[in-house]
Amino acid sequence: MELLSIAVKATFVENILLAYFLGMCSFLACSKKVDTAIGLGLAVIFVLTITVPVNWCIYNFLLKPGALSWVPGTDLGGLDLSFLTFICFIATIASMVQLVEMVLDKFFPKLYHALGIFLPLITVNCAILGASLFMVEREYGVLPATVFGFSSGIGWLLAITSMAAIRKKLRYSHLPDGLKGLGIAMIMTGLMAMAFMCFSGIDL
Amino acid sequence: MASSAKKLLMDPFSSNNPITVQVLGICSALAVTVKVDTAIVMTLALTSVLTLSNVVISLLRNVIPSGIRMIVEMAVIATLVIIADQLLQAFLFDISKQLSVFVGLIITNCIVMGRAEAFALQNPPKESLLDGLGNGLGYGIILIAVASIRELLGFGSWFGIKILPESYMGNGLVLLAPGAFILLGLLIWAQRTITKYVEE
Repeated sequence: MELLSIAVKATFVENILLAYFLGMCSFLACSKKVDTAIGLGLAVIFVLTITVPVNWCIYNFLLKPGALSWVPGTDLGGLDLSFLTFICFIATIASMVQLVEMVLDKFFPKLYHALGIFLPLITVNCAILGASLFMVEREYGVLPATVFGFSSGIGWLLAITSMAAIRKKLRYSHLPDGLKGLGIAMIMTGLMAMAFMCFSGIDL
Repeated sequence: MASSAKKLLMDPFSSNNPITVQVLGICSALAVTVKVDTAIVMTLALTSVLTLSNVVISLLRNVIPSGIRMIVEMAVIATLVIIADQLLQAFLFDISKQLSVFVGLIITNCIVMGRAEAFALQNPPKESLLDGLGNGLGYGIILIAVASIRELLGFGSWFGIKILPESYMGNGLVLLAPGAFILLGLLIWAQRTITKYVEE
């Protein structure tokens, strides 16, 4: 039940894009076509589901204050390596993205070609790093962290897909010159965020 | 030389602004702009990381093999962000708590990576320094503008000083996510109308 509540919260109530503004750059750059938006969204779900639990393990078994106490016969238990969090997380994300790319290329070439260009882009998508950092800040356990990663990805997919659909329609509208492109995209995102706010208060 | 240096420094303020024209680094522009003081601290953190990373990468530009340049850039940026984060935690603990994950997210802030890729890799350190400084401050201007409007309408204050009379009821919407998106959208519209920039 707790897991379900985390999932609903991460997908709708606290949508990682619409409430925390994470992943805006690729959201704005890749939301011009619905197909590419879905491709990128799927890739984000995929990478988030893998990196959040991996980063959880790294943080809890290596970096957290006292995390190294499992090493027998030493006094590493007193170490606090949490200042290395950022660099470890980003290294994990970069290598995971690389790994995912290679595995997909070998076993699912079709999916690989569909996602192709988006995979490397994901390393610098702040939603991925952001989810890992939130996971640390909120002190989730390993299972809730995985669920949180997966459902954040779903939320991001939802947001980018609907945005792509809206932008497709927007192309036929007459807008003032300065508002074209980024300006109207931001305002539309604002309206979407307002719509998503209707979910707030849902607590399972 | 003097005029080209000035151009490097001043262009990012309006005609080539990182946020409104290059569309980089939007995430933090929205997340940390509820109050002016967090916006200023964020600007300082980002400007120093961006300037230093530009200089370091520009100094290393001839020795970085192009195949692994992304990883090298990431390592440089992540190290600088760790330093910035530790400094904030040591000297401005309250604000660092308010900024929460967004200091760490400077690593994936597209401005830092984007300027390293687009400018520092091809140019000598001095120009890169100016470019970093200009882009950091250009980012800051938008951040502070958005934060000023949000704090004024949301709390009736600016930089923590009460400006509007006590009877003013704070507008909660501008403090929430949708308000941030819409305000930035309007700001982009205004800025692009002034500079006559048209997309597509």
